[in-house]
Amino acid sequence: MTLPLKVLIADDEIPARNRLKSLLADIPNIVIAGEAGNGRDVLSMAAEELPDVLLLDIRMPVMDGIEAAEHAQKLYRPPAIIFTTAYDAHAMQAFDLNAVDYLLKPIRMERLQAALSKAHALRPAQMQALHAMLPQRTHFSIHERGRVLLVPVGNVIYLRAELKYLTVRTVDREYLLEDSLAQIEQEFPERFLRIHRSCLVTRDAVQGFERRQEEDGETHWVVLLKGLQETLPVSRRQQHIVRELGS
Amino acid sequence: MKFVPSIKQNTFFIPVAPPDFRNMGTCLRILVIANLMGLAAAVVRSEKIAGAWQEFLAISTTLEPFLLASLLVLYMLHPVLEKLPHRQGITVILGSELAVAATIRLFNMQRFGMENVSSLAHWWLLTLLATCTLLAYFNLRNRALSPALVEARLQALQARIRPHFLFNSINAVLSLIRDEPRRAETALEDLADLFRVLMADNRQLVPLASEVALCRQYLALEKLRLGHRLHVVWNIGDMPEEALVPPLILQPLLENAVYHGIEPVQEGGEIVIDIRLVRDQINIHVSNPFRPGAGHHAGNHMAVENIRERLALHFDYEASLVSSASADLYEVSILLPYRKP
Repeated sequence: MTLPLKVLIADDEIPARNRLKSLLADIPNIVIAGEAGNGRDVLSMAAEELPDVLLLDIRMPVMDGIEAAEHAQKLYRPPAIIFTTAYDAHAMQAFDLNAVDYLLKPIRMERLQAALSKAHALRPAQMQALHAMLPQRTHFSIHERGRVLLVPVGNVIYLRAELKYLTVRTVDREYLLEDSLAQIEQEFPERFLRIHRSCLVTRDAVQGFERRQEEDGETHWVVLLKGLQETLPVSRRQQHIVRELGS
Repeated sequence: MKFVPSIKQNTFFIPVAPPDFRNMGTCLRILVIANLMGLAAAVVRSEKIAGAWQEFLAISTTLEPFLLASLLVLYMLHPVLEKLPHRQGITVILGSELAVAATIRLFNMQRFGMENVSSLAHWWLLTLLATCTLLAYFNLRNRALSPALVEARLQALQARIRPHFLFNSINAVLSLIRDEPRRAETALEDLADLFRVLMADNRQLVPLASEVALCRQYLALEKLRLGHRLHVVWNIGDMPEEALVPPLILQPLLENAVYHGIEPVQEGGEIVIDIRLVRDQINIHVSNPFRPGAGHHAGNHMAVENIRERLALHFDYEASLVSSASADLYEVSILLPYRKP
């Protein structure tokens, strides 16, 4: 007897979850470890339950299925991903091209069974294809002591490049993120502002600019932040933004 | 307007009808074209360009009363004209125009004296020429637009329910079959009614009450999927139920509201529908929560454009659609003339 397959369900519609549950109940050797109404909630369940398979609806509020799949890759043991969708021509085309598993709603028992039997974790090429479908993520996923934390992009005040990681600053605390500033700047051109070679600040978090005098007599600009005491230096090359934003 | 259904289902007869003289667009077109004719006559009669304006003013003293009287007579005749066969209708229009011409001529004889007014034959010839030109114009315009009216049916289909909604609804019904068969029955009945309207010939106007009933069925299906996330407020106490409106004028707007305003938000939101009669115009107003960035924007514009186009086909300038998005609210407002059955 093999171990039962542990499955998590994410769909924002309760009837759709019920339908999946009743289908799964008819398949032997399946354990439904939990259900969630959006991508963020299913990820926090997945961190606890370490499921074998995630059944992810594509279109969900807060965090959609595609982004949840991407963050799920950082879990200790990345689960196999099967997407579910009623109709999303764009996504279906991409899935077909990259052999990503998906089920069309209404879901048939045989299809579900077939998908579960061959479900496997996403390969790097498939991950890249999914990433291309995702214009902007809603959360940064952060590894911390064997856990994955999700920090909403909207909570970030600034990002600073350290030696190997990025420091992500929110009002409450700092996190370490594996990513590149250039990548994030490109992904969120409206949200973040480059003030230094090693620093992006959230535009809405900028309270103002102040001129500071150094000990050697040189002056430079610093950014004053909403909700934080600390200030961030503006590099000489980026000084033009003081004029652009100040006026 | 009645026409015989053909044996082949996919060919349509184009209804030939006199113009709708109670439509503001028609009246405006008559005024503009007749005055352009008057201007052309003025230019022909004057030797210098500078004199043309004086000449036009002189023509206007007769032309404008004539036009106003004609429009008034045609406005009053409209209910009769609608019932008559095409040829008889045209005869009635020509006859009444000749009568108006004779009356205005008598009136002019009083104003300017007998010797300054040309012969009745001259008046009638001019009147016949101008009226026939205008009727020919409206006939051509009708023919040019009629395929579009046929097209309106197809367009209404294009504004059709998103496949996303259809498959999700079927999925929701499937989830009910085992535990709540009665709710599943109601849901399938609603779905059937919805598709009956979607697949119907959508050229004819329908009573507002039936469009509202359809929308309620549609929202009941959405409620099945979305549960407590979907709140709907109907303010339709003063709604003229019998008023005629194009089919599927409201449903696509509600579908947009659900797709863009409710589904992307975890806690859902409220759709408010206001329908009232304001001075002979029906005012339909729909509002839903709006979060910039949270929604999927493709498709929204298409439904709104489609409704705008169909309103223009049915009502010309007398109907309008305005949409606006603020920080947290998306609103659509439709104004259309109050048509009684």
